Amino acid sequence: MEVTPFNDISYERFLSEEKLMGSRCRDCGTLFLPPRAICIECYSSEMDWVEMRGKGKLAAYTCIAIGPPFMAKEGYDRKHPYVSGVVELEEGIKVVARIEGVDGNKPETIKIGTPLKVEFLHRGEGRNPTTFLAFRPL
Amino acid sequence: MRGRRKLGRGVAVVGAGMSKFGMFRDKDSKYLFAEAFKEMLSTVDKGVDPKDIDALYLGNFTNDFFVHQGHWGPIISDLLGLTPKPATRTEGACASSALAFREGVFAIASGFYDVALVGGVEEMSKRNTEEVTQGLAMAASPYEVKAGFTFPGVFGAMATAYFARYGATRKHLMNVTIKSHNNARLNPKAQYNVSIRDIMNQKIEKAKVKGNPLPTWRNEKEFLRDPGANPIVAWPMHLYDCCPISDGASCVLLVAEEMARDFTDIPLYLVGIGQGSGKGLHAKEDLTYFEATRHAAEEAYELSGLKPEDVQIAEVHDCFSIAEIVHLEDLGFFKPGEGYKAVEEGLTRLDGPKPINTSGGLKCKGHPVGATGTGQMVEIWKQLRGEAGERQVPIKDLRIGATQSLGGTGGTCTLTILERR
Repeated sequence: MEVTPFNDISYERFLSEEKLMGSRCRDCGTLFLPPRAICIECYSSEMDWVEMRGKGKLAAYTCIAIGPPFMAKEGYDRKHPYVSGVVELEEGIKVVARIEGVDGNKPETIKIGTPLKVEFLHRGEGRNPTTFLAFRPL
Repeated sequence: MRGRRKLGRGVAVVGAGMSKFGMFRDKDSKYLFAEAFKEMLSTVDKGVDPKDIDALYLGNFTNDFFVHQGHWGPIISDLLGLTPKPATRTEGACASSALAFREGVFAIASGFYDVALVGGVEEMSKRNTEEVTQGLAMAASPYEVKAGFTFPGVFGAMATAYFARYGATRKHLMNVTIKSHNNARLNPKAQYNVSIRDIMNQKIEKAKVKGNPLPTWRNEKEFLRDPGANPIVAWPMHLYDCCPISDGASCVLLVAEEMARDFTDIPLYLVGIGQGSGKGLHAKEDLTYFEATRHAAEEAYELSGLKPEDVQIAEVHDCFSIAEIVHLEDLGFFKPGEGYKAVEEGLTRLDGPKPINTSGGLKCKGHPVGATGTGQMVEIWKQLRGEAGERQVPIKDLRIGATQSLGGTGGTCTLTILERR
């Protein structure tokens, strides 16, 4: 059977199936998220797909009042900021994601270290559906 | 093992110029670069015939997107009458002209060329804030963009990690902003050459004229804490933590060291040069520093044989207030976690022991991204030659200055060290 290529296209498709998938080097065991086709530790290209458990904690965040057009389309603006963050997963690696279920208007109430779980935001219709990776407090 | 880094032959800066930075409805990239070029020519003490320039290296990041015109090397070469000499465009996001400078250095150090013009230009203000935000995001990692991160957002997130690690707060970021404005007040080329106090007074006067209730800020920090005066862009980055949208151009003239005195009695010699690359936010081992800046610094210090404490004055890439603090640490000027304290103690003020961003920095001088790297060198050129006028630093025997640039969200960083002998 053909192996699913270790690239961003596959990563995105897994997201649309509500799976957060990384790659693990078969030779040295290093885990990569998003997946890499080449291990940057030992330069092996023998990889396996690994699904993340989807739990982690907030490592850094920001409440964005002036966002790109695709966020403005979702209704975010200067009065309704959204939150983006860096999440450190239980597996020991980090990922950037939207942070849901916190108040972008009250940044001081958001705490680094907050336990989070994964969520998949399906947006767009017809020929260009997109799934955004998000996390929300447990 | 690698040998020690070295240049094939020495390189010197013998002229430096910049346009005024700002938002100009009636000036385009060519006009701005011509302005910078004319000023550069006027600073070459013994004169230079532009026909002697062997090659042009030009940094530009966003003109393809904002002006819908690419291929700026030959356009600028033609503008200056340099055709058919080679023109090469470099792109390293906000470090684009720092890379142009490096290419010029290597071209001369290799012995291939003797005289190189290096510079940068950017034209950003004819687009609205959302478009500029989207255009600049082209230099972020694709994962960051999809997670909603903007440039201020990436630096905002770094700030929250830095705050959590070292106990700094927004108050410490404000110290950077207040200092930058105080310096820019003395720089006629700066986009915002006013102090925070001046801005407060202007707003109070305006309220008086309009008959509105008068603001009650008692000091600069109260002004910066007022969400009406200083709204959130990407918390904790507020408006006054962020560099503005700017148009501008800058350039410097590089020649082989052995011919430097034919152009000027006070050349600045290139002693250190370094560049690094960095991963996206998600892949950083640590969110409180830039690995690319640390690598650039290592290279530059190794080449020069200098230590961080030998650098007497520096222009660092303060695209956002937190970036200035982090860079002070990455360059080894202060220990990790000590940068914000150094700023608070006034050590980086114009009259302090380690003056930083005497030009006003990107925050106030402006940040026409492609023009910033060589724009920083214009300031160091003036300071080391004692030509900075009202903002000349009072350091005795000022000889060594540095410029540090950052592109994207830390993807491309450089450090350049110049010496007056």
